[in-house]
Amino acid sequence: MEQLKLPPIDYGALLPMLILFGAACLGVLVEVVVPRRARNAVQLSLALLSVVASLVAVVLERGTRTITIGGAVAVDGPTLFLQGSILVLGGVSLMLIGERSIERGGVFVSQAAVTAGSQKDAQQAGGQPGATEVYPLSVFALGGMLLFVAANDLLTMFVALEVFSLPLYLLCALARRRRLLSQEAALKYFLLGSYASAFFLFGVAFIYGFAGGIQLSVVHEAVANPQRSQVLLYVGLGMVAIGLLFKAALAPFHVWTPDVYQGAPTPVTAFMAACTKVAAFGALLRVLYVAFEGVRWDFQPVLGGIAVLTMFVGAVLAVTQTDLKRLLAYSSIANAGYLMVGVLALNDEGLSSTMFYLVAYGFSVLAAFAIISLVRDPDGEATHLSKWAGIGRKSPLLAGIFTFILLAFAGIPLTSGFTSKFAVFGAAVEGGQTWLVIFGVITSMLLAFPYLRVVVLMWLSEPGESTPAVSIPGFLTSAVLGLGVLVTVALGVVPAPLIDLTREAAQFVR
Amino acid sequence: MTINPYVPIVGLLILGALFALFSVSVAPIVGPKRFNRAKLDAYECGIEPAPTPIGGGRFPVKFYLTAMLFIIFDIETIFLYPWAVSFDMLGLFGFVEMVLFILTVFIAYAYVWRRGGLNWD
Repeated sequence: MEQLKLPPIDYGALLPMLILFGAACLGVLVEVVVPRRARNAVQLSLALLSVVASLVAVVLERGTRTITIGGAVAVDGPTLFLQGSILVLGGVSLMLIGERSIERGGVFVSQAAVTAGSQKDAQQAGGQPGATEVYPLSVFALGGMLLFVAANDLLTMFVALEVFSLPLYLLCALARRRRLLSQEAALKYFLLGSYASAFFLFGVAFIYGFAGGIQLSVVHEAVANPQRSQVLLYVGLGMVAIGLLFKAALAPFHVWTPDVYQGAPTPVTAFMAACTKVAAFGALLRVLYVAFEGVRWDFQPVLGGIAVLTMFVGAVLAVTQTDLKRLLAYSSIANAGYLMVGVLALNDEGLSSTMFYLVAYGFSVLAAFAIISLVRDPDGEATHLSKWAGIGRKSPLLAGIFTFILLAFAGIPLTSGFTSKFAVFGAAVEGGQTWLVIFGVITSMLLAFPYLRVVVLMWLSEPGESTPAVSIPGFLTSAVLGLGVLVTVALGVVPAPLIDLTREAAQFVR
Repeated sequence: MTINPYVPIVGLLILGALFALFSVSVAPIVGPKRFNRAKLDAYECGIEPAPTPIGGGRFPVKFYLTAMLFIIFDIETIFLYPWAVSFDMLGLFGFVEMVLFILTVFIAYAYVWRRGGLNWD
């Protein structure tokens, strides 16, 4: 019988993903063979090692600009830069996930399926070592994210979306404290996430009907010379966009964000806020820039409206929050709006500034959640704002760091928050989207209020009786804090090297 | 003269029917007759299908895990079948890919087995 011809496969370009998937499978095997006591150390080292190895593979491939395995994966400048950022941010999140010294047994529960409130549940909350499956799950999620930003056809993109979403749903359910809230978060995220995935897939079917192919370059050709009804294109683009906007948490597809960010274990929240954002915006950039650039005049106003809505929803609702994790969730929604302003510039400058913003925001948000994981009372993390009153008097160093991070979120000069906002707004003006920048500046001022309210609360209020003690951070959390603050300062003072890197990378292959 | 290719299928059908007739008619004559309640139940595993409780009743959540595990191995078979049919065309690459696929399913199996997913209690 005749042999099927294989498409050429560039294994070097795929290596970063292969390393992570291989390591994740090994991690599952570690669960099987390694005794329980040694598991945490082995798993953490395996996960960190695989991330480092994968990062090395990305750096070695830095000159590659190619499309491989039959057009399914594109390895180009944006892919490699975003993969590198996901790996760096993911490695830092893994350090937060690996922290075991703050709470007995770590922040993860050992069996998530135990009924909340039962006797067995009380037992495992009391200090049974947490599940070590979190490491393979996170590594699987990271691998999926790497594929998501590299996917060059819509079906590969869908598979990657599922590969990184499913582990995240599970991770959300694993908080040691407040089990019901955590389970609720996981279920909400799962149901709404599946709904959004279905939208994405349905949209892919419409695009296939329109273009006769799912490869982004084929779609690009079809958009330039339409052979079939444009209705298919608009419906398909709309549905694909809904799937992606959901993951990126843009209004009106943001409603899951506060609940999930609040209920999930804090390291997982940090992981989602930093890495999922990079992955979602990476895919959004590729879809809009590579496949649908030809209908930019049609989608720009719609997505512009969504960006404005997102910025306002994030900024206004952040003002009313009384829980710090929810406040940061709304802040992350508003930041998704700013990122969208950069995306909608639809020029090279927009691409590079969005990538810069993603890295800068990722490091700040990791540091912010690292601090939240440190302020605890007997019930676990004290995330209610009232408990943070006067914390500056009790532990000035921690409050100082948090103040700095909040000021960076607010966009004060000499922090990465300023340079990154400046970059995306500049790109948007150049791309003829000045109206978005006006709304961006207005909402930035609005958004400064909730941040400054927390700062005032920490320093100027009297500490009450219920002001919780601040845990001494372990080595891993200290490292995350240090890195987060360092990068936030560095990108604020000397942003040039990273900006140059993003500019060099800002060219998609088609 | 060549035989019609469907003749063996008819032959198999006849053989099968004969075997069923033979075993059903011979079993009451040669087999022992001992009473056992389980013999009167419907030939099904899992929960009792009758009498049906109102609203479907409650049953252990463990069935869910079993069903889920079953689906994983079921899907493995579904993937193996078309691969086996077109094995000649896929060549060595197809073989290696299938080994990798089975390996990953095996890793999942080992995990489920060691963590007690196959124990009922």
